[in-house]
Amino acid sequence: MSDRGTRLLLLASVFAVATCGLIYELICGTLASYLLGDSVTQFSTVIGVYLFAMGIGSYLSRFVQGNVLRMFIRVEYLIGVVGGSAAAILFLCFAHVSSFRVLLYGLIVVVGTMVGLEIPLMLRILKGRLEFKELVSKVFTFDYIGALAASLLFPLLLVPHLGLVRSGFLFGIVNAAVGLCAVEVLRRELGGTAGLRAAGWTAIILLGAGFAASDRIMTWSESATYVDDVIYARSSPYQRVVLTRSTNDLRLYLNGNLQFSSRDEYRYHEALVHAGLARLPQARRVLILGGGDGLAAREVLRYPGIEHITLVDLDPSVTGLFSRQENLVALNGGALSSPKLQIVNADAFAWLRGRTDQFDFVVVDFPDPSNFSVGKLYTTAFFDLARGVLAPGGAMVVQCTSPFVARKSFWCVDATLHAAKFVTEPYHVYVPSFGEWGFILASREPLGGVWQLPEGLRYLTPQTLATLFAFPPDMGPVPTEVNRLNNQALVRYFEEEWAHYVH
Amino acid sequence: MITRREFLVGSACAAGLAALSGCRDRDGGLASRIPGEILGANSAAGHRLRTGALPPVSETIEAEFVVLGGGVAGLSAARQLRRSGVNDLLLLELEDEIGGNARSGSNAVSAYPWGAHYLPLPSEESVEVAAWLEEIGLITGRAADGAPIFDEYALCADPMERLFHHGAWQEGIVPRLDVPHAERAQIEGFLARMDRWRTTRGSDGRRAFAIPVDRSSRDTAFLDLDRVTMADYLKREGWTSEALRWYVDYCCRDDYGASADAVSAWAGIHYFASRNARAANAPSSAVLTWPEGNGWLARQLQQAVGTDIRPKSLVWSIDCPPSGGVAVDFLDLASERSIRVKARGAVCALPRFIAQRLIHGGPGAVAVFPDLVYSPWMVANLTLRQLPGSTSALAWDNVPRESRSLGYVVATHQSLASHPRKTVITYYQPLDDVPPQQARETALARTHESWAGQILADLQRMHPDLPAQTARLDVWLWGHAMIRPVPGFISGPTRRRMQAPHGPLAFAHSDMSGISIFEEAFTRGIDAANTLLASRKTLSPA
Ligand SMILES: Cc1cc2nc3c(=O)[nH]c(=O)nc-3n(C[C@H](O)[C@H](O)[C@H](O)COP(=O)(O)OP(=O)(O)OC[C@H]3O[C@@H](n4cnc5c(N)ncnc54)[C@H](O)[C@@H]3O)c2cc1C
Repeated sequence: MSDRGTRLLLLASVFAVATCGLIYELICGTLASYLLGDSVTQFSTVIGVYLFAMGIGSYLSRFVQGNVLRMFIRVEYLIGVVGGSAAAILFLCFAHVSSFRVLLYGLIVVVGTMVGLEIPLMLRILKGRLEFKELVSKVFTFDYIGALAASLLFPLLLVPHLGLVRSGFLFGIVNAAVGLCAVEVLRRELGGTAGLRAAGWTAIILLGAGFAASDRIMTWSESATYVDDVIYARSSPYQRVVLTRSTNDLRLYLNGNLQFSSRDEYRYHEALVHAGLARLPQARRVLILGGGDGLAAREVLRYPGIEHITLVDLDPSVTGLFSRQENLVALNGGALSSPKLQIVNADAFAWLRGRTDQFDFVVVDFPDPSNFSVGKLYTTAFFDLARGVLAPGGAMVVQCTSPFVARKSFWCVDATLHAAKFVTEPYHVYVPSFGEWGFILASREPLGGVWQLPEGLRYLTPQTLATLFAFPPDMGPVPTEVNRLNNQALVRYFEEEWAHYVH
Repeated sequence: MITRREFLVGSACAAGLAALSGCRDRDGGLASRIPGEILGANSAAGHRLRTGALPPVSETIEAEFVVLGGGVAGLSAARQLRRSGVNDLLLLELEDEIGGNARSGSNAVSAYPWGAHYLPLPSEESVEVAAWLEEIGLITGRAADGAPIFDEYALCADPMERLFHHGAWQEGIVPRLDVPHAERAQIEGFLARMDRWRTTRGSDGRRAFAIPVDRSSRDTAFLDLDRVTMADYLKREGWTSEALRWYVDYCCRDDYGASADAVSAWAGIHYFASRNARAANAPSSAVLTWPEGNGWLARQLQQAVGTDIRPKSLVWSIDCPPSGGVAVDFLDLASERSIRVKARGAVCALPRFIAQRLIHGGPGAVAVFPDLVYSPWMVANLTLRQLPGSTSALAWDNVPRESRSLGYVVATHQSLASHPRKTVITYYQPLDDVPPQQARETALARTHESWAGQILADLQRMHPDLPAQTARLDVWLWGHAMIRPVPGFISGPTRRRMQAPHGPLAFAHSDMSGISIFEEAFTRGIDAANTLLASRKTLSPA
């Protein structure tokens, strides 16, 4: 190859190398903010450490003796392998290592140092081939352009279309390919090339395999965060839905939060439904808000008098899953396919707002109020609407998180129901996979009636029922604010209480 | 390796993607590709008023009363006339939609404000506003102690506001994060002082600072505060904290479009000390808001007025002939014909800097006020494919501390949906870094791309991914957005003279208050209508 051709090729590799270098940095920064949160801090520290490591690399380049070209090629391979698989490594290890930050910054320092070596080495390789003035100007120009390319490619193409893990492998391959090209083009200056060539191909094959397996890597990393085997994992537009199973347990997680364990969910759902419904012999029409798993519906369907159930759940992927998947249909007894049941996939608040029809029993089974959008579903405004659809003599039950862990949160829901002109009967039940769990039965007038429990229950009896309504002192009433759209008091209590509990 | 270091540092942005996409903008990429346009109060029409290139009157119509201007003051006046039994009424508005500074827009994602976006709960003295809120159902009832219960859906949902400083968010706008102890003490001292002002009354029994402003005490001890700037007042009291100064500047710029060294101390303190609302279901400091901001309120007023509203009508002459009555000439922009309305009397609810050039005749000379100062503003609405940042933390009002803008409000904040994704955000910036006239000229000369670049770069510091999520960005330039209460204006003679009727012409605009807020415009409208009604018998038909 002509000298001019060689020079051009070397400059092209400056461009490629610059792009790769910045891409790794962006991947690490984005990943750190994905996994650790607070994007601005994560990004600035990642960039800072990365740049510093590049400085170390540049400094170290002075100690490179002998065949600079060989060294450059080795560095390319190394960056390709380490930088290229960094995203995958970080994702896989996130759930396992105790100090994720050490690993993160360790990787950043390694990649940064190698990237810092590149350009000084390249300058030395090109030294004899170009005049100094031109050398500096050309190398740095290509370096700049490469950086610009990376900064455009990353947000516009790579993240949306390839994802972080795959983008990492792709650019790892580019790095290794630059090394391999150098081997081919400059073999005369290298002496023996067999070893280098083999190493280059190995790197590319490894990275290519990683690229191909990216999806599976993501699934592994997810299963690692769960104790049991992940049998289903999918993101709907609303949430991440994950099902796990072990020999005798089936669990549903939404956004990583346990919704039920098949081993004890009956305790939860029997308590949720029967404490109220068993006292309403006249009940015909039932409304279930949330509860797309069909487990509350299963309990409601035990009453032959029930004529119609309306189930409102936001996420069609959840109601769909629980209508079709065999294990799950076995668990909810096919409740979602009952001719008495109508599924409405809608946002409960907006749906309720336009309602004029009435229900004898309303089951409110939303996720815990851990953020402001769910917090709205526990406000005076929401309960006012719910009161509007409650038939005379009817009752509503609300799942209210744990009165043991989140005592203020629990009693805040009670205070809010009172502010919305309900009379309430708070109660609680022990669900082993959850702990002590709380519910509140609410109605316009005090509920009379005796419990007439249906057949086939595994937990509730008239005797157990009576004990649920007694609150020991460590879970007893505390004064709280009323939860309103304009104060979201509940979310604040909830965050505080669960944060203390976890740590 | 200096090159890449420089590449990043040269982007001069605090962190991460912010830095990188910042460069993208400078390369003319994103900012020029995001669709949108520059809108603004009809400037072509304004130009015609100045050059006088208008067709002669070709038709004459009659009405008992005519209202000029369909902003909040004009709509409120028309409503008051209507409910007092005036059937023969006409309201003329230049733009194709009513609302003036409270106007709003909408698209497939949401309605959004173009100007005024919230109404604080009414204070003790704002009785007309409170009565109206009750009438339109925003006050839904009263607690046992008489405190009003406000419509929970209209109260600004929590979290209401947050501040971005040094790369992190804090709840609330009063700076707390990274504020040294001594400065924090000053802030506490300042707020405590403002609380005391709130309850201070003059020898006339009135509160020192009230809304409407003309219900404030006239004690000279208080009015003396109108002679100095807010900045001087802070200095005098020993409040030198930078964080406090930022906060006070923010508030002055928010309400008056100018910082503490441009507005009077009386006006500055008024912002903090005038509001003392009572509410059974919200704190005193709560505000009412809607996706379209005060456009919602303007719509309610419009409904009360009914159909006698003529948009696209440029008023170009207001004549008070010696024979009595008024003759108002306007250009119907749709047909390019000039029409004359003869009426017994008129409410002039136009900004005074325009109105004073249009009035002729009447008793004595027409008062002209050459020194009125109005602050220019830029407002942008951005349609986003994705809510910025994480959903759970997003507040209604999001304010960056290191910026010339006042940040943005989220139009879908009041939405009940638990998973809102697309949204519209409204970005506010008073153009007060140079004198108003200069700011107007510079603003008008700028291209859409130049505004978009600046706005996106600012927002990107808070939300690195925001530019990539922006589907559309429209800019609205308000040349004369709000009257500026410069020292002497609130207490001086100008305002009193502005309020005096001119023959059969009663005036109503928030600029006569010196403070441009909904309550002022609303009450001025009622007062002007009442002035006409009081002399209804003595006013002769035109
Ligand atoms: C960006 C911005 C944000 C604001 N935010 C708030 C807020 O959040 N809360 C608040 O209370 N206030 C806010 N304000 C203040 C707002 O100006 C007042 O609340 C109120 O809307 C002013 O009403 P007005 O009727 O006095 O004046 P304007 O709104 O100025 O009404 C005057 C009307 O006259 C029309 N007009 C002008 N010339 C002619 C002509 N020749 N012929 C016919 N018609 C004509 C105009 O088109 C306009 O409709 C804000 C203002 C701006 C600009």
